[in-house]
Amino acid sequence: MISLEWIQDYVDISDENLEELAVKITKAGINVEKVITNHIEHLVIGEVLECVAHPNSDHLHICKVKVSSDKILQIICGAPNVREGIKVIVALPGAVLPGNFEIKKSEIRGEESNGMICALFELGLEEKTEETYAKGIYECDKDAPIGMDALKYLGKDSTLYELDIHKHRNNDCYYHIGFAYEVASILNKKVTLPEMDFKTMKDSIQNHFSLKVETEKCPYYSARMVTDIQIKDSPEFIQRRLIDAGMRPINNVVDISNYVMLEFGQPLHFFDKDKLGDKVLVRDAKENEVITTLDHKDRVLKSSDIVITDGNKPVCIAGVMGGLNTDVDENTKTILIESAIFDAVSIRNTASHLDLKSEASIRYGKGLSYEYTEMALNRACHLLEKYADAKVLSDTVLYDVVSKTPKVVTFKAQDVNELLGIVIDTKDMEVELNRLGFPYTLKDDVFTVTIPSRRLDIDPNVNDIAEEIGRLYGYHNLVSTLPRVPIRKGEYVGDVKYRKFISKRLRALGLNETKTYTLTSSEMAKMFHYEEKENMILPNPMSADKSVIRVSLLPSLFQIYEYNRARKVDDILLYEISKTYDKNFQEESKIAMLLRGNYLTNTWGKDVAVDFYLVKGIVEDLLHSLGLQNRYDFQKKEIVDLHPGVSASIIVDREEVGIIGKVHPNITKDDVYVVELSLEKLIRKLKPIKFKEPNKYPSIEKDMAFVVKKNVNASEILSVIKKQGGRLLSNITIFDVYEGENVAHDEKSIAFRLTFEDETRTLTEDEVMEIFNKIISSVLKEFQATLRDK
Amino acid sequence: MDNKMLLETMEKEINGVSNLNELNDLKVKYMGKKGIISELNAKIREVPNEEKKAYGEKMNELKNGFNNFFEEKKKELEQAILNEKLEKEAIDISLPATKVPMGAPNILEKIIEDIESLLMSMGYDVVDGPEVEEDRFNFELLNIPKGHPARDAQDTFYLKGDEILLRSQTSPVQARTMLEYQGEKPVRMICPGKTYRRDDDDATHSHQFMQIEGLLVDKNISLSDLKGTFDVIAKHLFGSKTETRLRPSYYQFTEPSVELDISCFKCGGSGCALCKNSGWITVAGAGMVHPNVLRNCGYDPSIWSGFAFGFGAERLAMLKYGISDIRTFYQTDLRVNQVIDRMEVQND
Repeated sequence: MISLEWIQDYVDISDENLEELAVKITKAGINVEKVITNHIEHLVIGEVLECVAHPNSDHLHICKVKVSSDKILQIICGAPNVREGIKVIVALPGAVLPGNFEIKKSEIRGEESNGMICALFELGLEEKTEETYAKGIYECDKDAPIGMDALKYLGKDSTLYELDIHKHRNNDCYYHIGFAYEVASILNKKVTLPEMDFKTMKDSIQNHFSLKVETEKCPYYSARMVTDIQIKDSPEFIQRRLIDAGMRPINNVVDISNYVMLEFGQPLHFFDKDKLGDKVLVRDAKENEVITTLDHKDRVLKSSDIVITDGNKPVCIAGVMGGLNTDVDENTKTILIESAIFDAVSIRNTASHLDLKSEASIRYGKGLSYEYTEMALNRACHLLEKYADAKVLSDTVLYDVVSKTPKVVTFKAQDVNELLGIVIDTKDMEVELNRLGFPYTLKDDVFTVTIPSRRLDIDPNVNDIAEEIGRLYGYHNLVSTLPRVPIRKGEYVGDVKYRKFISKRLRALGLNETKTYTLTSSEMAKMFHYEEKENMILPNPMSADKSVIRVSLLPSLFQIYEYNRARKVDDILLYEISKTYDKNFQEESKIAMLLRGNYLTNTWGKDVAVDFYLVKGIVEDLLHSLGLQNRYDFQKKEIVDLHPGVSASIIVDREEVGIIGKVHPNITKDDVYVVELSLEKLIRKLKPIKFKEPNKYPSIEKDMAFVVKKNVNASEILSVIKKQGGRLLSNITIFDVYEGENVAHDEKSIAFRLTFEDETRTLTEDEVMEIFNKIISSVLKEFQATLRDK
Repeated sequence: MDNKMLLETMEKEINGVSNLNELNDLKVKYMGKKGIISELNAKIREVPNEEKKAYGEKMNELKNGFNNFFEEKKKELEQAILNEKLEKEAIDISLPATKVPMGAPNILEKIIEDIESLLMSMGYDVVDGPEVEEDRFNFELLNIPKGHPARDAQDTFYLKGDEILLRSQTSPVQARTMLEYQGEKPVRMICPGKTYRRDDDDATHSHQFMQIEGLLVDKNISLSDLKGTFDVIAKHLFGSKTETRLRPSYYQFTEPSVELDISCFKCGGSGCALCKNSGWITVAGAGMVHPNVLRNCGYDPSIWSGFAFGFGAERLAMLKYGISDIRTFYQTDLRVNQVIDRMEVQND
């Protein structure tokens, strides 16, 4: 929260419309989220030139009021104290007073009235009581300028900006002087720093106090001592500004500490010197060291925290909160003022493990500028002297190992122009740098810029300078150009290419793509866990349902199936292609499918329901589309959570690349089929397309049917046929499978159509019959089969 | 023998049949081996030579006559049969169709593929990277050193110490690509993918989400080139009337950093609930690649410059289709996906 009335102390914004200024500031990169103001339009100082009694009233007056150099208005006023010659506050027609009371031109008992002369309670500046009512209208001083904004005249106008600052500007725009620099650069004005001078006593702090710093996390520690302080209420302006910033005024000493913090961004800590003793030792906390903080709570520290001690016991958690044992109370006479810099990361960690976010820890956590650490200390002495009657001891106790090498950038105007795509010549660039308040030298068109220490966010490179200049120049002023680069066509690189192809293929086959969560629960991870892979378990999970990285996509697809089933979706055809990771972070991309219900649906006629063979057909199409025909095989296999009789391993070139099967009835009574393939393994097997001329010579087809035991798999017979058929057997199809009448109850009949051909000649019937008979006798022998008559 | 009478009889008989069988019977009766015409024809042997020619002509007249009557009737009968068949085969075309399956992409995938095809046409490769990532690529090389507040805020899923993590952004793919190119050739790529942050899932937060990040590194690349590129993307996604605006912002890996706004496609910029009365909607973050990042990834910032941009796929989809709950994308309600899987039509 930034108070604009306070900003006025450092940079002149008296001519600015504060709503418009907020827009300018937002455009330049600091987002003013909200403008909160008590400003009232058309509320001015006026002078009563004439005042006569209203002819139709016993208490009203008809006044002639001068409200600007050339405007005199007739206004009816009922206040007992209205009279000729006084200066008053006038609400002109159009003014909207608190309570949404709009002032309009009107007629009161036959006399025209062009406004209202106001009491303070009518402006929301006082409560409405019998007492304030009796006071009547507010009388301004004789020298109050006619026409001036009345609230401004009273010093009661308050406009606050609520800022939403990006992290990097969170340090310098979080306090009023830093924000004043931002406003100054936008308006091209200068910043005036507040008074920081004070008298010092002969007596030196050195006589009373010694400092030792024994931690690397405190690069800067300065302290001053003041004595004879009088604890009382702060002056009104300090109280009001603290309230505007959302802080509660307590007493002049505590308020000054907060006031300086809001001014310079530097948290100060005040110790009661008499309670503290004569020594300060800054060190790392001891593990489990305990301190009672100002809020009367015992805090258990870690060795990564920083503490201020009196040599032995902690008296303050550095940068976070003071200890109760040295706090300033109504009897305090002598104060040690600490102004220090602590390691930002350490303060953030301490605040977070203690769950103690204080005004101080927030600011330390963002980082501080050493220049302001020194100024804040002086400013506090100045204010304590002025408002707490403090006497300041001479000298400062100081520990200082801060690197003060300034950040310097050298560049040419052209470098900035090239980055932004704009044209600013060297002269205009100087104007911009002056606006920013960045000191520079210019030689042979080369700028050497020193970045002020308050701008912790700026790194010494031309990009950072370009950003500062660009945002003041206004990004809305940029033109649109396209990069001047060679024309080329982008490609899907690496695995993406395969993923996209397979994804489109599966969609064309009717499957819907899903995207599901990589993180799952340990229960889910156990489902369909068909591989010998161990799951990666998160060391710090957010919740149990997101505690494991999945190795299979099937449990997630099953969840999607359940979700849709619960919403009465009957036909569920799903796939997902995603990466999986095991315990050793080994990556494997998987293609998973889940099918349930109808593949083709006709509500009044014949459906085609999903069954094992349909799913197998989809897998085969996918394998064919990858050029793997004749290289794959489905082998019966029992797989966890799948129906033991309806599940198989999918083999390509003798390697298992995936699984297929029906979900085990223990998991669902529904007919649900799943497939999972390893994209990784498939990709490794792919080869370029090679054209093969169709055979010019005629082929010969022969049919054969066997009766075999039911438990014989067709693939077993196929492999015998293939072996016996040799080179000339080019294709086998199964064209009939029969169980039932004319076949024993434990047997089935399978019919095969064999195609024989040779690419170099026409085959003779005799040589084909010879092979054909050989095949038949092998099958008969191997499977105790019988030949079935057609 | 009177040809005329016989022809008339034939015509009468043929016209009298009611089906193909009867018609064939008549063919036997007249044209069969023992048929009337065949027997008359056989008598040609008994005719004196000088009359043979005339007799032959008469016979031909009879044969042709029969065939003509026959073919005509046959055609007529066949047409009747066909008509009957067609009538029988007629269906009620008003009955519901057989549903043919066509799979829909996930809504995010649809948006991503749309942007991919646009940017590929502009020369950007589509590159992939690991989701389990090293700290080095996710943070270190991107100008986010250890202890930096950005690491606190990003609330990362660490998997092993602070070295291995679920990537909190897709930018590590940019770092990997630049390193692969060894600072020698220009980079033009996008890397859409999944990212993870420790957010509790609700209507507007998701611990898993998708980014679409792009990177262009070349010589003499400027912020106005970023603006022009963003113009093309914004118009493609939200219609040709879309205007764009850059606003100052901050990201660790870009400098200057900007937010990319589009004019509100709902109200056209006059202000509405969607754009919170501002007329503008922020759709992406972007900026000029930070010189430290270029340097870390092997590119000399005094020679090379570039821009990077990042869209949130969920945000784009939510804006474009008016989706209010981010969980929609990860539930795959098939009733929803099928509706969105259709041709894009811009309102302009």
